[in-house]
Amino acid sequence: MTQPGIFELLSFGPGGWGNILLAGAMMTILIALSGYATGAVIGVLGAWAKVRGGPGMRLVADVYTTVLRGIPDLLVIYLLYFGGSAAITAIGRLFGAEGFIGFPGFLAGMLAVGITSGAQHTEVFRGAFRAVHPGEIEAAIACGMPRWLRFRRIVAPLTLRHALPGLGNVWQVVLKESALVSITGVAELLRQAQIAAGSTGLPFDFYLIAGGIYLAISTVSSTVLHRAERHFSRGVRRS
Amino acid sequence: MDWTFLQETFISLVSAVPLTLLLAANSIALGAILAVGIAVARFSAIAPVRWLAQAYVFVFRGTPLLVQIFIIYYGLSQFPAIRHSLLWPILREPYWCAVLALALNTAAYTSEIVRGGLLSVPFGQVEAARACGMSRFMIFRRITLPLGVRQALPGYGNEMISMVKATSLASIITLMEVTGVAARIISESYRAIEVFIVAGAIYLTINFLLTRLVQLVEFRLSPHLRQPVAVLPAIIEGEAH
Repeated sequence: MTQPGIFELLSFGPGGWGNILLAGAMMTILIALSGYATGAVIGVLGAWAKVRGGPGMRLVADVYTTVLRGIPDLLVIYLLYFGGSAAITAIGRLFGAEGFIGFPGFLAGMLAVGITSGAQHTEVFRGAFRAVHPGEIEAAIACGMPRWLRFRRIVAPLTLRHALPGLGNVWQVVLKESALVSITGVAELLRQAQIAAGSTGLPFDFYLIAGGIYLAISTVSSTVLHRAERHFSRGVRRS
Repeated sequence: MDWTFLQETFISLVSAVPLTLLLAANSIALGAILAVGIAVARFSAIAPVRWLAQAYVFVFRGTPLLVQIFIIYYGLSQFPAIRHSLLWPILREPYWCAVLALALNTAAYTSEIVRGGLLSVPFGQVEAARACGMSRFMIFRRITLPLGVRQALPGYGNEMISMVKATSLASIITLMEVTGVAARIISESYRAIEVFIVAGAIYLTINFLLTRLVQLVEFRLSPHLRQPVAVLPAIIEGEAH
């Protein structure tokens, strides 16, 4: 057997795996983005519950963040993937459907990534809100801004600015976590690399390539995040 | 709630706890040794050594742990040279592959934590040690390292917890630790929620105990930050009676 070179492996033509890996990379970004967005929504609600909620809301939010930071993400994926399938099958049986109905892997992955990153988002937003100077809010009240305007013009932009470095870290974690979704069979980057490794008998090459692609995605996104950080703190005096 | 099922699940999951702990302990210990080396290399006067350490941290922090595990477990066996080497009996075992991957991964994160800790040591302390005539190695061993470790401990506690969580990935390369057993029970019984609750409780307990342990060590290492024991008021009070 002659060993194909790395450029042949990555070519986009027939016999090359370029197309498939590229599609996998796109899917990885899609899962990461949708999971991240889900997590951000949960995070805003969680932070709101922790900062403004009553004792009940606070307790729920505290339990959520403590539990999700203490258990492996893989367990959450298993829960949603298998639990979701069981739930859907049960619902299907109610409506007279026969047999097993699988929960879509993409949805399970997105929700799992969202729920686990939601705990980190909660803490990031809460910390960022705490960093907003009370004087700024006081000034807004003094100007006669109603609550919603105050939130939209003062609290949200300032919180977002303080949250940006933390949000960047969460994004990097989410991107790497999305690799776990491959166990549900979603055709993301690692899953595609697995398929390629299996059919060519070159696991080292393909996992290395997959690792390189992850590295490229995280490097590009960290550059973008740095730019964004600079952009949004342009009004801050640097010491 | 089906109590007998919960009980059975609990018993099978608890029997998998030793493997989880073993994986975590071995990789944390190996990773810590490697991390100190990398952190010291980041301060090296020789530029290529610095670059190498930096590249290591960049690569291992920038790629998913699962990819690293796959490269070591599935990837290395691709090369006949490795299959025929002395290392093969180790690299053939999923257990050692998992430990190796986890250790290499945590070393990258831990080295940054250690580096931060070492950077936080006030220069005056090092200066004082020099004035006492300590050699460079002795300064590192007696002054910089203990002070840096104390400073790095809270961050390191978090890293250890994420390592305990990361051992769950070993289940993907056939190791039957807690998550592996949980996945097997779920796929046999389709009772994901019950199994999840039991497994989650086990992980939470481990991590809670770990947090407490780190807090204890932190407390022991910072006597200078505590209020001195209030002996005097007690004596005065005693005399007043």
